[in-house]
Amino acid sequence: MVRDAGNPLPSEPLVDPSSPAAQAVDGSVASVANEPEVLVRIRGLSFRRGSRVIFDDLDLDIRRGSVTAVMGPSGTGKTTLLKLITGQLRPDAGRIEVDGEDVHRLDKSGLFRLRRRMGMLFQSGALLTDLTVFENVAYPLREHTDLRPSLLRKLVLLKLEAVGLRGARDLMPNELSGGMARRVALARAIALDPMMILYDEPFAGQDPISMGMLVSLIRQLNDAAGLTSVLVSHDVRETASIADDLYVISEGRVIAHGTPAELAADPSEEVRQFMDGLPDGPMHFHYPAPDLADDLRTRGGR
Amino acid sequence: MATRHTIEVTVGAFMALGFLALFFLAMQISNLSLDSTAEGYRLTARFANVGSIKVRAPVTVAGVRVGRVESLSFDKTTYEAVVTLRIDAGIDTLPEDTFANVFTSGLLGEQYIGLEPGGSQDYLRDGDEIVHTQSALVLEQMIGQFLFKKAGESG
Amino acid sequence: MRLESLARLGRGGLGALERLGRAHLLLFAIVLGVGEILRRPRLLTAQIFNIGVLSLLIVGVSGLFVGMVLGLQGYYVLAQFGAAQSLGVMVATSLVRELGPVVTALLVAGRAGSALTAEIGLMKATEQLSGLEMMAVDPVRRILTPRFYGGVIAMPLLAAIFSAVGVLGGYFVGVGLLGVDEGAFWSQMQAKVDFDDVMDGIVKSLVFGVIVTWIALFEGYDTVPTSEGVSRSTTRSVVHAALVVLGVDFVLTALMFGG
Repeated sequence: MVRDAGNPLPSEPLVDPSSPAAQAVDGSVASVANEPEVLVRIRGLSFRRGSRVIFDDLDLDIRRGSVTAVMGPSGTGKTTLLKLITGQLRPDAGRIEVDGEDVHRLDKSGLFRLRRRMGMLFQSGALLTDLTVFENVAYPLREHTDLRPSLLRKLVLLKLEAVGLRGARDLMPNELSGGMARRVALARAIALDPMMILYDEPFAGQDPISMGMLVSLIRQLNDAAGLTSVLVSHDVRETASIADDLYVISEGRVIAHGTPAELAADPSEEVRQFMDGLPDGPMHFHYPAPDLADDLRTRGGR
Repeated sequence: MATRHTIEVTVGAFMALGFLALFFLAMQISNLSLDSTAEGYRLTARFANVGSIKVRAPVTVAGVRVGRVESLSFDKTTYEAVVTLRIDAGIDTLPEDTFANVFTSGLLGEQYIGLEPGGSQDYLRDGDEIVHTQSALVLEQMIGQFLFKKAGESG
Repeated sequence: MRLESLARLGRGGLGALERLGRAHLLLFAIVLGVGEILRRPRLLTAQIFNIGVLSLLIVGVSGLFVGMVLGLQGYYVLAQFGAAQSLGVMVATSLVRELGPVVTALLVAGRAGSALTAEIGLMKATEQLSGLEMMAVDPVRRILTPRFYGGVIAMPLLAAIFSAVGVLGGYFVGVGLLGVDEGAFWSQMQAKVDFDDVMDGIVKSLVFGVIVTWIALFEGYDTVPTSEGVSRSTTRSVVHAALVVLGVDFVLTALMFGG
């Protein structure tokens, strides 16, 4: 809460529009803006939580059929971005189009129709805890289709097979490990054969084996089913290994955009810091605060 | 985890029990009679003073409830209270010269209207008025009269 | 400094008003979701089970004891006026008009309301509600509406059971133990208790059913999605439900029996 106005924020150079990184981004966005294969088009997105600015005039494109990763340090609002794309949150300004439809102009039924074509994988899996694995995967099918029970069963088993958990169909969600729960959630997300899947931190807190499984699973699903995948993560190595397109967000703006190879070669300091995981650089370890010595000298208050 | 069938059976039993309890409350406790007070016929009676009679106070004959007070109003020309009684339809043999009193059940109990049948062969019908009435006994007035009389005797 | 505390008061007032507004919007959405339970009556059955059947034991036992205590206490007071025969009237009137609806509402708030808040709050904290939304399922209609109507249906039935069991408890104590005349017990009760009293009790418990489930669902739905937030919401759900029930009971009693 203590934000001294007189204290220069360490991040100010980042949001300076004259910086080379920002110009590079603007240029690249302009080049893809008119391509028809853009599935998600974000223009001028601004969003704030209280007085905290999460996004400030953000532009972003997601190409159809690609695996697009959005990366950035913790707290840059990556999950918020997914919630904005799916219409769970409303932006303060700007426009988000998914498959040509302005998400925040849709009425409730229109939004729900659109969401049937989107799957989202939550960090926690978000499985319904009072239903078995099978019922969880069957849930969207029962909800939105009128399939015969035998056909429904076949579909569910196929989806579970795709994530390698056909044998776990009778378990309850609390009997699953974190990685298994996420894979079940993935099976549920693809149950309705969506056009796009959004992954919220799919690799966070996974052991190396299930991490590797998820990485290959995401890529396979994307290519086999012709999906578009949006991936939000801060695990640089895993993300870079499967993404076609990478966006790095910091301080509410896109600071870099390109293929993993392009970003790996990007000379700019903040991209280097993030991609290489350097502890200090343009992005600071400390949350913005007044000078430590001044702060310690101040009496009373907190 | 109870199965779906068990849940449905127990919910059914629960609802049956609930309705049974409601039925018990209606029949056994409040004695909801099927010839409800909405039926029957109306009589009016004029009193110089009705005491603390309330709407829905009982109307009794020989101590048995035969109806209820339906409404109370004030006649501004005669300065009397006009009480409308609703008498159960089955009680259709009240003589024309029936006497209406305002009684109190016990010393401190609620007030009710007691009817004393007269000897006439003609019966009261819907809309008729009970001519013979006696007002409520007001405790303060009685004590006042008693003291006044005592004073007169001794003086 | 004084201005600051005034500002804090204003902030608190505005915040409370905003919560109240959100609670009403939520109630509106919940009530309008009635079509969902017509389409899937099983959802409602499951919630009547959760709220009604699972509260049956505590409601029944409490009703029995409250009735027995009323029988004992009432007898000692009434016997002093030589009116022990009116025991049935006293027991039945206090149960049907007041204790049945009110105590049942308090018990349900503690037994089922807190469970509802915790359940919804945890569903929110574990992103299950967002998950449903992403599956294009409206969590208000699917999760909250059946619970609301389940509570509203179960409450009057539970209150009726409470009152009926309570009257029987008073009967056991009064007639069985203390020797009140059985005929007088029932006949006085039947003469003095109106069906209107029973109806008023039912109306009260319907209103309480709305209040208790509404508060429980709103607290859960509006919770801060952390373990501390859920625990605070659960406490608040019970406390607020109890206070609102008692306050509304006063207003309803004044309206029903005052005129």
